[in-house]
Amino acid sequence: MLEASNLECVRGERRLFVGVSFQLAGGEMLYLQGRNGSGKTSLLRMLCGLTPAASGEIRWRGKPIARLGDDFRSELCYLGHHNAIKEELTPLENILSTARLAEEPLDEDAALDALELVGLRGREDLACRYLSQGQKRRAALARLVHEKRALWVLDEPYVALDKAATELVAGLVGAHLQRGGLAVLTTHQTVAIPAGAVRELSLSADAATQHRP
Amino acid sequence: MLPLIRAVIGRDLRLAMRRQADIVAAVFFFIIVVSLFPLGVGPEPDQLRKLAPGVLWVAALLATMLSLPRLFADDHRDGTLEQLALAPQPLGLIVLGKVIAHWLVAGLPLVLLAPILGIQFDLTDDALAVLTLSLLIGTPALSGIGAIGAALTLGVRGGGVLLSLLVLPLYIPVLIFGAGAVDATVTGLGAQAHLSLLGALALGGVFFAPWPTAAALRVALE
Repeated sequence: MLEASNLECVRGERRLFVGVSFQLAGGEMLYLQGRNGSGKTSLLRMLCGLTPAASGEIRWRGKPIARLGDDFRSELCYLGHHNAIKEELTPLENILSTARLAEEPLDEDAALDALELVGLRGREDLACRYLSQGQKRRAALARLVHEKRALWVLDEPYVALDKAATELVAGLVGAHLQRGGLAVLTTHQTVAIPAGAVRELSLSADAATQHRP
Repeated sequence: MLPLIRAVIGRDLRLAMRRQADIVAAVFFFIIVVSLFPLGVGPEPDQLRKLAPGVLWVAALLATMLSLPRLFADDHRDGTLEQLALAPQPLGLIVLGKVIAHWLVAGLPLVLLAPILGIQFDLTDDALAVLTLSLLIGTPALSGIGAIGAALTLGVRGGGVLLSLLVLPLYIPVLIFGAGAVDATVTGLGAQAHLSLLGALALGGVFFAPWPTAAALRVALE
């Protein structure tokens, strides 16, 4: 469903990677590896269509994502480096306003359920600026609980999370794969995903290679 | 389409209410600048009447500019702008919502204060009414046009100065027709022509500016 061919990334004067190709079908996860600065985040942003590739093409269901535009974005859920939560709002308001901006109706009970699951119940009325780093990350990840879009692109989802929350997120990704969804994620921690097939792709300066474990 | 714009406005208004210091700063700037002029220039009513439209309009323009740099900067810093850009709806609509919210927070208070501040300049009732009306029509244009500048200077160091340089020339037509409308009323010419032109600028500013703004935001996010 998601297919990348011969991607090249150039940042400023530096070429980060060249010739990156992979294919990902429903129920599969791509586990992106590489040193700091090897271009993992850049590749994820390319897959979302935020950064254009210097060369190469990304196709979703057989069509280039640039041409699909809104149709592709309606199937994409991206969680970047930044938590994308508003410090002035409470976790509950954050989750509801994110859903409203995505035009996906989410009622308050479902939002509270999601917060309960990520362990923020009891903090739902506290402005996010009073939360710890890990709790903010949990608030950001709470939207994955009810997320039904097909492609999840997660940039270091486990950063700042404790062990229980890490396993919870791995469980959410596993359930998503089991539903036939796709996921692309980067991480420096080894976390076992409970379900779905995992492919690995490591980025290095000269060439990127893909292999099945 | 409408629910999306309403959701953006609702979110931005709620954020503004949680951070009232920003609104208060711009409004106080407006009040202080306008109130200092009668004190500095002297109490001759004729002179004040002549100065009033220009002073009020320049102050409104600068007060609007004061709040512009933060229009997208906060969303950019915490990553919500990326999420907005990845929403399956056109980014221009989201920008339109943000422009309307910016006007409600930064423009509308100036419109409401203008008739009170105008009294200090000994303006007639007619002139006060036209002044308020011209600000009501003109300030949305300031928010719309300013959004382009705010998007173009997003993430640039020292963006505030660059923003003023970019946006001020584009504000000049709004200033001329806005202040001109009040002048025309004072001299008895009738303000309709000025107000019509101001209306045209406002429509252009609010409904066309979001699209170049959206394009600039996509470049800033690359």
